[in-house]
Amino acid sequence: MSEHFDAIVVGAGPAGNTAAYTMAKAGLKVLQIERGEYSGSKNVQGAILYSDALERVIPDFREDAPLERHIIEQRVWVLDDESYLGGTYRSADFSKPPHNRYTIIRSQFDRWFSQKVRDAGALVVCETTVLDLHMDGRQVVGVRTDRENGSVYADVVILADGVNSLLARKAGFHEELKPKDVGLAVKEIHFLPESTIEERFNVKGTEGVVIEMAGKITQGMVGTGFLYTNKESVTIGVGCLLSDFKKSGIAPYALLEQMKEHPAIKPLLAGGEMKEYTAHLIPEGGYNAIPAVYGDGWLIVGDAGMFVNAVHREGSNLAMTTGRIAAETVIDLKARDKPMTARNLAAYRAALDESFVMKDLKKYKDVPDIMDRNRQFFTAYPNLASQAAHTLLTVDGVDKKTKERAIRKTFTRARTTFGLFADAFKLWRAFE
Amino acid sequence: MIRIEEKLFQNRYRVDAGRSHIEIADANVCAVQCKEKFCTFCCPAGCYSEDNAGRVTLITDGCLECGTCRVICTEHRNVRWEYPRGGYGILFKFG
Repeated sequence: MSEHFDAIVVGAGPAGNTAAYTMAKAGLKVLQIERGEYSGSKNVQGAILYSDALERVIPDFREDAPLERHIIEQRVWVLDDESYLGGTYRSADFSKPPHNRYTIIRSQFDRWFSQKVRDAGALVVCETTVLDLHMDGRQVVGVRTDRENGSVYADVVILADGVNSLLARKAGFHEELKPKDVGLAVKEIHFLPESTIEERFNVKGTEGVVIEMAGKITQGMVGTGFLYTNKESVTIGVGCLLSDFKKSGIAPYALLEQMKEHPAIKPLLAGGEMKEYTAHLIPEGGYNAIPAVYGDGWLIVGDAGMFVNAVHREGSNLAMTTGRIAAETVIDLKARDKPMTARNLAAYRAALDESFVMKDLKKYKDVPDIMDRNRQFFTAYPNLASQAAHTLLTVDGVDKKTKERAIRKTFTRARTTFGLFADAFKLWRAFE
Repeated sequence: MIRIEEKLFQNRYRVDAGRSHIEIADANVCAVQCKEKFCTFCCPAGCYSEDNAGRVTLITDGCLECGTCRVICTEHRNVRWEYPRGGYGILFKFG
């Protein structure tokens, strides 16, 4: 394995696969290294695939990619102990091809993507863990793997090694993750007959539903829950800030177990067979937590670079987009015979700044801090909202004006009038 | 009481016998200096447990390779964390 490559990509998730595919397709000599037994076997996601980011690299992906269901209905639920208050958007328009988003099962999807990477001409080596980077002064010149004589060299190394980003950390490119900048999500997959899913969620064919949840299910922590429909299974999970798990003392699997017992959720899972339990960190620190993403001979893409939009629950599309832009940067430098120095690779960051990736992350840069310092959005408000709904929807001979006054009182008692305005202002500032 | 073992039982692993990819750097730090022992309740696979004497035991067989234990050990930085050797560890069926 002592050959020299144009580029080495570490990791075979959506970021690494898109980078490797794009470069190989352009004729570069690419080596991709993955530690799992195949590409996908170490990867965890909810999982929603947004078509746009993938379409830009593989326009005809729908022909053979393993897709579960296209989403026609999105529900948002705010839960308290007994009830939920929610909104639903469902449109037959979402059923018209080409579909905008799909549920996927990552081990299958990533395996499919990896075959595309091989077909494009990249060398993909699995069951190989990269231990550290080879440096020549400040320049990254290759990687050291756990294979015998396992050093390989390249002009540039693209780090797509996921949220833990061990390689960049070991090399001193950035610091350890902070508990407030990562969410810990746990998830289960429950198998149900296709017909049961169709009846239970009011869908047919490959139509699917996603439910995003907030409120009591996170027991005061900043976080959300979700339920996604796959073809013959549903995935259910919950994620909260790691800093909150530390404070709460609640075990993540206990949180998930309690959420599954909620009277609105339990019937959706009834009769299912749980076949896998997974956990994953999600980089949610946003714009302010993005580390250096390029240097002499290296680029960082995907989760390793904190490229997740937690507000809109987008990650895999940012991973694919950063992977593609990193690849395009390398292809361009190669074509112009320029060295892979930090100065030249800075074009990657500049291109990111011009893309939706940085624009979106910048727009929401204050959200993580505001949510962290204002628990009421995850605690008091869900309760108040469901109490209000309960009061209004209970017909008991009390006149509506009295009911409205009572509701107003619960809000001002919990937050004060000034507090209500302050909260509205904070939200406006965070999301404007 | 939720038994985490029942959940982990559904998962597929190839355990690298005798080669733990995560190690407690100094057992004394956990036993004597660390009061909170966040790892014993934050680990989503329940790999860390505390005995009556306050010592922390780590068994990585059920590890989901998420990184939580390393990230939360902010005060003592007492977790030595690597990925398993290529091909070993959790093998997600679905992910």
